[in-house]
Amino acid sequence: MTQSYYEASARERLAAVLDPSSFQEILPPSARVTSPHLRQLDTPAAFDDGIIVGEGRLDGQPVLAAAQEGGFMGGAVGEVHGAKLVGLLERALDTRPTAVLLLVESGGVRLHEANAGLIAVSEVMRAVLAVRGAGIPVIVLDGGQFGCFGGMGIVARLCDTVIISEEGRLGLSGPEVIETTCGVEEFDSRDRALVWRTVGGKHRTLLGEAGELVADATAAFRAAAIRALALTPDLSLEALEREHAALGQRIERFGDCHDAVDIWRALGIEAPERLPLLEAADFNTITAGKRA
Amino acid sequence: MDAKLLLEQLFPAGQRVDFDGQYFSGTGQTADGEVAVIGTTDAAAIGVELAFRIAGQVLEIVRSHPRRPILLLVDTQGQRLSRRDELLGINGYMAHLAKCIEVARRAGHRVIGLVYSQAVSGGFLASSMLADTCYALPEAEVRVMNLPAMSRITKIPVERLQDLSQLSPVFAPGVENYLRMGAIAELWQGDLAACLEKALAAAVGHDARRDRGLARQGRLLAGPVAERVRHGGA
Repeated sequence: MTQSYYEASARERLAAVLDPSSFQEILPPSARVTSPHLRQLDTPAAFDDGIIVGEGRLDGQPVLAAAQEGGFMGGAVGEVHGAKLVGLLERALDTRPTAVLLLVESGGVRLHEANAGLIAVSEVMRAVLAVRGAGIPVIVLDGGQFGCFGGMGIVARLCDTVIISEEGRLGLSGPEVIETTCGVEEFDSRDRALVWRTVGGKHRTLLGEAGELVADATAAFRAAAIRALALTPDLSLEALEREHAALGQRIERFGDCHDAVDIWRALGIEAPERLPLLEAADFNTITAGKRA
Repeated sequence: MDAKLLLEQLFPAGQRVDFDGQYFSGTGQTADGEVAVIGTTDAAAIGVELAFRIAGQVLEIVRSHPRRPILLLVDTQGQRLSRRDELLGINGYMAHLAKCIEVARRAGHRVIGLVYSQAVSGGFLASSMLADTCYALPEAEVRVMNLPAMSRITKIPVERLQDLSQLSPVFAPGVENYLRMGAIAELWQGDLAACLEKALAAAVGHDARRDRGLARQGRLLAGPVAERVRHGGA
């Protein structure tokens, strides 16, 4: 029986992705580390502030892992939530695990504590880069109901790879934010097909924003995460110059494209309009060698 | 403050900075040598092209001018909100800029951010907030979102938010709030050239923002919670 990653809770995802019974939580709900800012606004708090952090094993290798719970405020980052993530990343500098796994699901900064959340995201950014600078890969898994947006969308792209399902969206400003600010003619957030082909996992993979597209199954995410353990972080000037060249080419090649389908056609994919209908395996076969 | 006036005050010994639309870059002269300057004006919305351009300039400085300090003067209303920017992966461009700043830091460049006008959300995150240390002018505006928009989304009455913002720095716009919470190290006033030289001479260390937030009583949990996770038992 296949377990959907999209439908699973953050705790269920950790249990299914890591080796069975290997996960040990740090500051679990029983520690009652909650957000004082939500209380001040009479908004319900969560005993884990919407993020679970701890140690475990993946394919026998020691790893640190964090999972954001979209069911609590859309996985939004507040002061405590962000500090747990920063602390976990810095723990990696001391314990030197094989990798750090981030099971992201977040709409970005939590507005109820917006300043603390924004600062926390920038501290997470610095910490991710410090961990990678120490030679430890940081692996992102993105397949939750809220996707990965706002500052967490930037964080995800600071990491070594993003493993994504079609359902796992990745971007900066969410479609609703763009529609509210710029109007429905700019981005119709209720047009689900448009939303998914713009910020969904298939387009992210074809652009080179995500490293691997997997099916919506916890076992598929686990298998891809095991493969990603072999990655070696590279923050050299040469690596950044290569990335710079690729991003420059992306603007040149696709800057005038109106829709994701135009980009897929420009990549040489035949009948690109069928891509949203394909299962992950067929998608990967058909698009092999044609990614930007 | 106007960017050209700011540059004159920062670099009385001279500067060569080229403006192109909302983007500018160049060098300024200090007592300790040349400083590279990269910035934006007119509350620029940072879209893929602008993020790419700033990142390219950072890489050019690392490649051609080893260890030259970098001063980021980014005036931004935040990330550009558009479907096209999302289609092209704007978060990847923002992350690229952040990585380029990190590469500069690791190569021995001092990176200093100065918020001289506006700093908002994603545009702030990917630039000045990634500097070794970020400073601001007293009249600068720093925010994620204004209170009326915040009220609409959180469904909390704006009057309530206004009242609470008198007591707590945690959500309301304001450079003072970011100062109290440790993200802004100091406000620069008076002799800006002297402020810059002092900042350039300051020691570079770890990310000290949560320590400052705790010392200034503006962010009490970030430091202790991170320490508990870093050192606590699983």
